[in-house]
Amino acid sequence: MSKFTLPLLGFALLVGVFVIGLTMDPSRIPSPLLQQAAPEFSIPSLHDPDVLVGSDNYRNQVALVNIWATWCPGCRQEHGFLLELAKEGAIPIFGLNWRDDRVEALRWLQTLGDPYIASGFDADGRVGIDWGAYGAPETFLIDSDGTVIHKHIAPLTREIWERDFLPLIAGSGAK
Amino acid sequence: MKLLTLVAGFLLLFASAHAIDVGQSFDDPELQQRYDKIIAEVRCLKCQNQTIKDSNAFLASDLRREIRRLLEEGKSDTEIYDFLVARYGDFALYRPRTSGRTLILWVAPIVFLLFGAFILARIVRRRLALPIDDDPAAGS
Repeated sequence: MSKFTLPLLGFALLVGVFVIGLTMDPSRIPSPLLQQAAPEFSIPSLHDPDVLVGSDNYRNQVALVNIWATWCPGCRQEHGFLLELAKEGAIPIFGLNWRDDRVEALRWLQTLGDPYIASGFDADGRVGIDWGAYGAPETFLIDSDGTVIHKHIAPLTREIWERDFLPLIAGSGAK
Repeated sequence: MKLLTLVAGFLLLFASAHAIDVGQSFDDPELQQRYDKIIAEVRCLKCQNQTIKDSNAFLASDLRREIRRLLEEGKSDTEIYDFLVARYGDFALYRPRTSGRTLILWVAPIVFLLFGAFILARIVRRRLALPIDDDPAAGS
């Protein structure tokens, strides 16, 4: 064992630690909700404050819960793809309008199109907290038994959909 | 010196940290104290290097509001931390609990310290074993 062996090993270890540490994205925090029962909620609808919407709207179905807001640029980015999903009838999408302005949000859906089976209006962010939301857009994949099977942070694209969501959806029926 | 005074003056200018929630949140000083302690321990996930005490992001103020509500409901500190960890994970706490996944955070510093002590002891022992050389010219 040469006298350089130990320092070299130490250096290699540090490089290893940095490679792992620096290639991880600290803004993507793993959700503790994964493989857990999704939060139950019932809140006023975005379209009509007197109507309650929530987890009942997608009970016993494989569904997406999409957390969005008009102040969120990433939400605009993924909106087109959500519309495509809705048009294809791929999956019911529940929209959780988070910490937003009702008028603005309704105008958004009118001008851009509405991909949601129902939209909840979470004005004070309480439902968002139950979902562990910290930055829109966030998309949860819910199994038909109400379990969260995937969470995607950042805009959804077809590529991500086919890579991360479709295999899980295909697997969910087999369970 | 003048520069130092200037710098000190500037620092003082910004020293008046704004309290984010104006005034006391609780009439009960004990609750207020617990509240102050908890919000200084919780990470704002939107602005990750701030606690929710220091952040004015809406998420931080939402979380402060939830913590006030839980305190008012008579929840214990542990229950409040559980509430946060169940939603946001261990990362939400600045002092993560010891669990299987966070164990390395707590153990690694001790391991590093012991490793350093081991290396130090080895070096010292090796040097002690060297013959003492009294010839000053040879030492330089």
